[in-house]
Amino acid sequence: MKPTRFAARDDGPVARVAGFMAHLRLHGFRLGVGEADLALRALAVTRPEVESVRAALKTVSCGSAEDWARFDGLFDAYWRNGGRVRAKAVPQAPHAAASPAARGAEGASGGGRGRPDTPDGDGGEAESGSDGRLIASTIRSLMKKDLRDVVSAEDIAAAERVAHKLGAALRDRRSRRAKAARRGAKIDLRRTLRASLSTGGEPLRLARKRRPDRPVRIAALVDVSGSMTLYARPFLAFLAGLMRADGQSGAYLFHTRLVRITEALRDDDLFRALNRITLLADGFGGGSRIGAALSQFAATYARRFVNGRTVVLILSDGYDTEPAEALGASIARLARRGCRIIWLNPLKGWRDYAPVAAGMAAALPHLSLFASAATLDDLAALEPEFARL
Amino acid sequence: MTQWTDIQADLASQGYVAPPDLAMALHLSLVLGRPLLLEGAAGVGKTEVARALAMAKGCDLIRLQCYEGLDAAQAIYEWNYQRQLLAIRAAGDGHTDEAQLFSEPYLLERPLLRAIRQPVAPVLLIDEIDRADEEFEAYLLEILSDFQITIPEMGTITAVTRPMVILTANGTRDLSDALRRRCLYAHVDYPDRATELAILQARCPGVSAALGGQIVAFVQSLRHEDLEKKPGVAEMLDFAAALAGLGIADLSSDPVVLQAALATLLKTQSDRASITTEVAQRLAGKAA
Repeated sequence: MKPTRFAARDDGPVARVAGFMAHLRLHGFRLGVGEADLALRALAVTRPEVESVRAALKTVSCGSAEDWARFDGLFDAYWRNGGRVRAKAVPQAPHAAASPAARGAEGASGGGRGRPDTPDGDGGEAESGSDGRLIASTIRSLMKKDLRDVVSAEDIAAAERVAHKLGAALRDRRSRRAKAARRGAKIDLRRTLRASLSTGGEPLRLARKRRPDRPVRIAALVDVSGSMTLYARPFLAFLAGLMRADGQSGAYLFHTRLVRITEALRDDDLFRALNRITLLADGFGGGSRIGAALSQFAATYARRFVNGRTVVLILSDGYDTEPAEALGASIARLARRGCRIIWLNPLKGWRDYAPVAAGMAAALPHLSLFASAATLDDLAALEPEFARL
Repeated sequence: MTQWTDIQADLASQGYVAPPDLAMALHLSLVLGRPLLLEGAAGVGKTEVARALAMAKGCDLIRLQCYEGLDAAQAIYEWNYQRQLLAIRAAGDGHTDEAQLFSEPYLLERPLLRAIRQPVAPVLLIDEIDRADEEFEAYLLEILSDFQITIPEMGTITAVTRPMVILTANGTRDLSDALRRRCLYAHVDYPDRATELAILQARCPGVSAALGGQIVAFVQSLRHEDLEKKPGVAEMLDFAAALAGLGIADLSSDPVVLQAALATLLKTQSDRASITTEVAQRLAGKAA
């Protein structure tokens, strides 16, 4: 995370606050013009001391616990010159001072618009970008695989259709909110009474209401460890499709650790989305610690995103380098959140497969569905199974 | 011009110790007239803020507890059907005046409607908003933006005074961006040792300083254990009250009593099982 640097000249406090908002936005805060205005109004009623200003801007611009945790660092970086100030602006080009820093920061957060800045090639020694963006080579040395080699835009378009169908198949039938309906179990008193006025207070026509079906949310966890490399393509495409088809779902990758990629996958620009995930998922194709990853999930994200109306979809072969108890315990813990857990194992499709991987066996009692899926078609074929859940 | 330190002092007078971040958020929320969204684990005192604020401001606290399936009839208003039916019957032979039937005497106010019709601006606490569903959240947004409620039969009711709105959430569900953007935000964390000690002294002045220090240190280290449900501030206060009631002066003096008093802190079977007498004694020894 690179600090934004000031140009040496100053455009006054309003511009600086606007600049700060842009700085936060660059780092993933969801802020608009309204917040900038609110920030100025808040500062107008705040004593001009560093800590007061910090607290005021914090409460105005943060929107979630993550923002809250990151704010202090970003505040220091912007206002307190946590980064170096470029001493002189080049007078001929007014934007010269700002643009290199901005580009660097964009690259670092994987948010650069336009041409993606990691080069093509198979993760080896491809020729690097021509205009000397140093950031590209840094990225390449960190990662083993570029996900854009693994997943294509067509894959994702196909996956989006599958995800749509699966999402529609998974309906929750326990909604408590009643909606007016021609036939229904309950009597809608309000409408009945209203209608009774026309019949002199005799409730002749009974209006009814019932509980409608509601969609469930999906939290999909994909194993991208070495043993799963073969299946990464359909599964990642499926994740990307799912995120696009359904604004409520969450997506996670795990190998030796767990990464949330929901926001990255929702990026409007598909290439940029994959680029961001590539940055998040270094360690792709490495070992697997399913138990640890799932228990981390249960302890952190699941608390926020998993409830009784969630289906947790695990796409993994169940080969874990850790003792089976860890996996069993973390699945049990996850199941306590009231969610349904579906495990799709590419190996299950093999003839004579039995869940002998110890971890798989430990997880089995907690699963609502244990099925095989190795390709996108397999996933699509699961629709009736999902509908029955 | 009022400052955030004023509100901090006001809250302190009600026995609520607010960290600077939170006090600033409350201050701005009051000054700018924006709702405040408080997020944090269960038991860090989110609900208590609203109570203390209402006490400090000397106004009413109107509370709407959210739950899954909460709907307009429970949150905003409902017609009193029994009265309406009786009125229809009493009028007899079809001469019921509809306008009269759907008027003030037959209206049952629920928290949201009540909150905007108070002569003195109350504190409106919308508790555990993440338990309500998305549909309700959307409806709430509408009310929070223009503070008016439309009742089809009666017309639009505009707010007499604008309530100070506090929403709390503890992450049952992720809230919509629209709601987050409408609100100011503060994340309430478990208090640090000094703050927690201050809370204990404000709430249980009877507990001696030495025991208080031990209790706080014990609870703080307990939060670092791998527990399903970490003990919150309210649990800590219960624990202190329990120990004071049992006449304990030193935490590590009687393992049996300590283990019994843990009932106030650990609320699940597996948490009880994981904090054995030995673990409790080790923590108490460190706290002493």
